[in-house]
Amino acid sequence: MSAVLRAHDLGKKYGKRWALRDFTVDIPAGHVVGLVGPNGAGKTTLLKLAAGQLTPTSGTIAVLGGRPEAEPAQLAMIGFVAQDTPVYAGLSVADHLRLGARLNPGWDAALARDRLERLGLDPRHRAGKLSGGQRAQLALTLGLAKRPDLLILDEPVAALDPLARREFLQGLMEAVAEHELSVVLSSHLVSDLERTCDYLIVLVGSRVRAAGEVEELLATHHRLTGPRRDPDRLPAGQHVVSARHTDRQSTLIIRTDAPIHDPAWSVSQVTLEDLVLAYMDEPAPAPLRPVLEVKR
Amino acid sequence: MIWLTWRQFRLAASATAAALVVLAAVLALTGPGLASGYSAGITACTRNGDCPRFFDHFFDDYQTPFLAVAVVVLILPALLGLFWGAPLITRELEAGTHLLVWSQSITRTRWLAVKLTFTGLAAVAAAGVCSLVVTWWSTPLDRSAAPGFTLMDPLVFGARGIVPMAYAAFAFVLGVTVGMLVRRTVTAMAVTLALFAAVQIVMPLAVRPHLLPAVSASFELGPENVDSFNKLSDQEFPQVILDAAIPGQRGAWVLSSRLTDPSGRVGGDGAPVTVRVSTTSGPCAPSQHSQGPGKGFDTCIAEINRLGYRQEAVYQPFERFWAFQWIETGIYVLVTAGLAGLCFRWIRRRLS
Repeated sequence: MSAVLRAHDLGKKYGKRWALRDFTVDIPAGHVVGLVGPNGAGKTTLLKLAAGQLTPTSGTIAVLGGRPEAEPAQLAMIGFVAQDTPVYAGLSVADHLRLGARLNPGWDAALARDRLERLGLDPRHRAGKLSGGQRAQLALTLGLAKRPDLLILDEPVAALDPLARREFLQGLMEAVAEHELSVVLSSHLVSDLERTCDYLIVLVGSRVRAAGEVEELLATHHRLTGPRRDPDRLPAGQHVVSARHTDRQSTLIIRTDAPIHDPAWSVSQVTLEDLVLAYMDEPAPAPLRPVLEVKR
Repeated sequence: MIWLTWRQFRLAASATAAALVVLAAVLALTGPGLASGYSAGITACTRNGDCPRFFDHFFDDYQTPFLAVAVVVLILPALLGLFWGAPLITRELEAGTHLLVWSQSITRTRWLAVKLTFTGLAAVAAAGVCSLVVTWWSTPLDRSAAPGFTLMDPLVFGARGIVPMAYAAFAFVLGVTVGMLVRRTVTAMAVTLALFAAVQIVMPLAVRPHLLPAVSASFELGPENVDSFNKLSDQEFPQVILDAAIPGQRGAWVLSSRLTDPSGRVGGDGAPVTVRVSTTSGPCAPSQHSQGPGKGFDTCIAEINRLGYRQEAVYQPFERFWAFQWIETGIYVLVTAGLAGLCFRWIRRRLS
């Protein structure tokens, strides 16, 4: 199957500010992709671009092989649960299902009904009176019942308490297993993603810092602890993600494919959280400086 | 999509429909009485030959309800623009539900098309029904209306015939457009109201008079176009104030009515003009008044006409009422279509 999301030099500008730039990824289908980054990093912009709700300023993006321009066939393939899981406050739960049935040719009414029954949502309830968790579940149900190939969720659990958060993610994972969906899910908390995702994109300051399968990311990142030393003097192929120094000791998080032989370092595993925090810590890469010419 | 549009709109629609039903019921109950009072009065006055007086009395009696229903028709389009148009998109943007509905398998262009067409046609229908019942109810009063309140006059023109529907369509789409641009319901409502009011004031004052070339003509003075004729004790000559009416052109829309003196000098519009006619001897002397009621006025006016005083009038004849209705409807429809086009461009390019 083709890539679920392929982007090349993708950028989106609001006025003079780039919300996202130089975004290049190629994510194979069948993954649950976590998109993590601090607030304002461009996560929502990226997801809206993928869902066809925004048009890029520069570069190209292909979702499930097609350009995510708003046309019915492409929209039908993508389920999108926007930030804060919006629902129509004045409409009942049943009205929302009717809305889904009327606006989606591939609507799976049985799936929607069963899911809400399992969740114990009363169809006669007005959506405005639902709790945050119930509202998120309703929005997820709408996204699932249109039977998309790709489900995009923008911070679906940000406003939920820990219990509702776990229930929501559990429900999501069950649906993913059942319907063989690809999922892209954003959060500013790694812990939400740790349990669910097998692919991770770290987005900081409108640029991608790291992207790859979680296992591979964990295998190629290491924490080095040893006597204080200049991180610039590491062997080639060892990229420093973050460095902390005390008077006598240096702690580095590095990325490398090769094994580490230097006996001065004690090498330890990193967790996904360490890894993400290290990237968020890292100062933005300086723009390429022009080579200074020597004046005579 | 029509189902969703109706589902979101039915509360506002029912409220408006209920208000219109109440209005129609009140007018339906009082209309026949008004019409029979009018026809009885006409029969009586044609026997006495005193119809202008009957018109005056009849219109005076009903002036308040007449103006009230006209104002209802004039205000309804503004309300539709404010409460149907402005929130149509902003409500979705504020709640974020536009992202919910745009991520169904329907393009946002189609979503907007259905919402605009469905709700817009409802607005046109509401204004049409309102104009229809008010036009029907007011028919006897329109026939007897005093100068300034005839069908062609700005206040009444906009509350009759087909233009209210065009106003409603314009106000509604204006509300939607402003809503898309400012993205806040309350701000959008305020801006819509201000813009719509400005257009509705500029149109009759600055645009409508020029839609068809106005007729300019001069008329002799007579009871139809002289409003008042009086002499103050400290002045030598009497003063004449003209009415905004044209002899033999009942119901014309008078754009200007000025008195010119024999040398061709023009007086101000509606301002008193001193008429240099002797009031101590001749036809305008007080002694003439004793010849019988009205007689003195007629002979005096004849003398003033003989001296060369004339009414210089610019007006739009009453026969152009429907021509103006169609032209103005056409203009509003074009502007509405332009705004709708802007909405579609905006929703494709800018909004998200």
